[in-house]
Amino acid sequence: MNVFKIATLGTATAVLMGTTAMADGHACAITEGRVNIVGNEFPAIQSVAAAALACASGIDAEANLTADHQKINLAGMSGNPAEYTSAIVANSSIVALINEDVVRPLDDLVAMYGADIPSHQLITIDGQVMAVAFMANAQHLIYRSDVLAQVGMDAPTSYEGVLEAAEVIRAAGIMDNPVGGAYAAGWNLAEEFVNMYLGTGGDFFEAGTANVSINNEDGVEALEMMKALTAYMNPDYLTHDSNATSAEWEAGNVALMNLWGSRSGVLMDDEGSEMVVYSNTVAGGPLTVGDSGNAASTLWWDGWTVAKNISDADAEATFQAMAYATSPALLNEETMSQAVWLMNGFEAQPVNEGVLATVAAGASPYPMLPFMGLLHTAAGDNIADFLQGNESAEQALADIEAAYTAAATEQGFLQ
Amino acid sequence: MKHSTFFWFVLPSAFLMLLFIALPVASVVTQSLYTAHEQVLVTVENCGPFGCKPVTSIDQEATQALNADKPLGKWAGLDIYKDRNHLAFSEVASAWVNVDGLPDFGKTLLNLPFYKAMAFTLTYTFVVTPLTIIFGFFIAVAVNSVAKALKGPTIFLTLLPFIVTPLVGSLILFWMVDARGILGTGLQWLTNNPDLSVKASTPLMWIMLMVYGIWHAAPFAFVVFYAGLQTVNSESLEAAMIDGANRWERIRYVVIPHLFPLVTFVALIQLMDNFRVFEPIVSFSAQAHATSLSYAIFNDLGGETRLLSSAAATSVLTIIGIAILLSPVLIRTYRDFSKPS
Repeated sequence: MNVFKIATLGTATAVLMGTTAMADGHACAITEGRVNIVGNEFPAIQSVAAAALACASGIDAEANLTADHQKINLAGMSGNPAEYTSAIVANSSIVALINEDVVRPLDDLVAMYGADIPSHQLITIDGQVMAVAFMANAQHLIYRSDVLAQVGMDAPTSYEGVLEAAEVIRAAGIMDNPVGGAYAAGWNLAEEFVNMYLGTGGDFFEAGTANVSINNEDGVEALEMMKALTAYMNPDYLTHDSNATSAEWEAGNVALMNLWGSRSGVLMDDEGSEMVVYSNTVAGGPLTVGDSGNAASTLWWDGWTVAKNISDADAEATFQAMAYATSPALLNEETMSQAVWLMNGFEAQPVNEGVLATVAAGASPYPMLPFMGLLHTAAGDNIADFLQGNESAEQALADIEAAYTAAATEQGFLQ
Repeated sequence: MKHSTFFWFVLPSAFLMLLFIALPVASVVTQSLYTAHEQVLVTVENCGPFGCKPVTSIDQEATQALNADKPLGKWAGLDIYKDRNHLAFSEVASAWVNVDGLPDFGKTLLNLPFYKAMAFTLTYTFVVTPLTIIFGFFIAVAVNSVAKALKGPTIFLTLLPFIVTPLVGSLILFWMVDARGILGTGLQWLTNNPDLSVKASTPLMWIMLMVYGIWHAAPFAFVVFYAGLQTVNSESLEAAMIDGANRWERIRYVVIPHLFPLVTFVALIQLMDNFRVFEPIVSFSAQAHATSLSYAIFNDLGGETRLLSSAAATSVLTIIGIAILLSPVLIRTYRDFSKPS
């Protein structure tokens, strides 16, 4: 009996040591330098940051994950030496860091420590690697299969189909406001407009210039569709961001909505909602608008950068820790469903289907232009007036153009 | 006092005021007169998980050379102040010429961000300030006549709205007036209108922000007036009683004149505070219905691309606005003090 116990213990110890050895076995032998990560706060990024900190446990390492990361990352990387050695960004927010020249090209570090990183994860601008992407994200349809079955309809593939289904659901008395969406005035509302406008096939700028051109038929079509959708939304839609929209969904008040793939996991787990809601929550594909056939959605990646104003030792430590945290070593049962990971070894889960369908549908990536952020802000400030019926679509589009032009002139993009 | 004594006496505070007030203001004013350099744009190949694409990007080397040459940026004079996102001189002028009638002109004006923000800010300031003073005064008079044993707890409870952090206080109210919150449902029941939603209606949102503003600031006015009430001369009150003055007449002819200097003080502080209204707009997610100059500054600095010069210009406009608002009160105070007594 004793022998058996010792053998069992021995095996357990060996397994434990083996696991530790494996964790140490990867490029985690960082002995000098400093790691300080700033980034957004959602489960996938929390996993990445935790893995990076574990990898850099031997040195001075910390992480600051907050929804307000965009307000602090630029300031925290502008000093010399920079406070943050790495910022986790998306394809929209990396532009602000590149504009101000606070992130360094990674080619030399990739050559030294990143031979394993597959090329599709490398974000190159003008031939230089500026970031390493680790996950993809997109907005797509999420629907309640039980409600659609009750009215005998299939999952819609277009916004016209959403309107039709919403009318039937409302007429059947199942829900008063069956459509949801992150329409909070500001960034969220502008993001919905960007999706819808790209869905109509419009271009935001005259090719090769910073001259905005959205006051056209495509712009009107996009706004009219947004307004038509709001007729089926909770009247408070202008205050609903992604969090409030998710809460509406979990409360069972909504049957159809366009929301982030990175949030669908929360809607499908058994926390926060009744079984009838979470078990019937299904991720659909991207929606189209009008007859252009384009997906009215944008593709996003999240990735990490390395600050420019830090010592080489800090940059090397940061690169190694982040490269380890976004390598296949991160993937396990718990993290697998948190995102559409770009690393090799990722196996798609049901919650990821919406994002993958959006990529497959050929949706455009969110425009990575130095002046896109200004247009996004201008749109977020001026669409609410139209949705509330205070002005025409043309007037709202003219206001967006004028607000953008004033801001872009100030920033030196226009003369 | 000897001149040298006076000099050494005020030197520390003068130095601190220079360092923490004058210098930041000078820096903001300077910032508002410069814009970013003309950006040198190049088209580059951009690759990522979703494929490659030629995109416009900033030529870092050329931009750095410009920045090294003139780190402050390009001299713009008052251009930022005049552009559409601020005072919008040319838009206002063309609206004046092109619109038919004053209502149409007003509508065009309110479509411009600065004037839209001013409309709400001024309404808020001129509704909230007097009501804060009136409520604060009556609460003070009421608390002053509470039985002595209950005074402590009453004062503490009355001060609570002022102690609660503005962001938290307004968030609490935000959820209470939600269509499914206790106040929201109550309003629907009162008005017999199941579709009533405070958050969806601009007038109701304005009213809610003002109610919040009064709720939050009234305790401040209360505590100032309550302190003042303790100094009312009891002999004057007794004399008034012997002359047959009732309670209201005593308040009107003895207490109010005694507290009047405090009204000036509370009005000054409240005008400044209310003109800078900000937290409730953020907590109530009210930017679709109401904006203020402070909110515009926050918006300029919170976007993906920070608009530093725009935020600086709005800050200077805020300072000017407060100076204009306070001038009548300040002139009055100055006159009172320079009167030969």
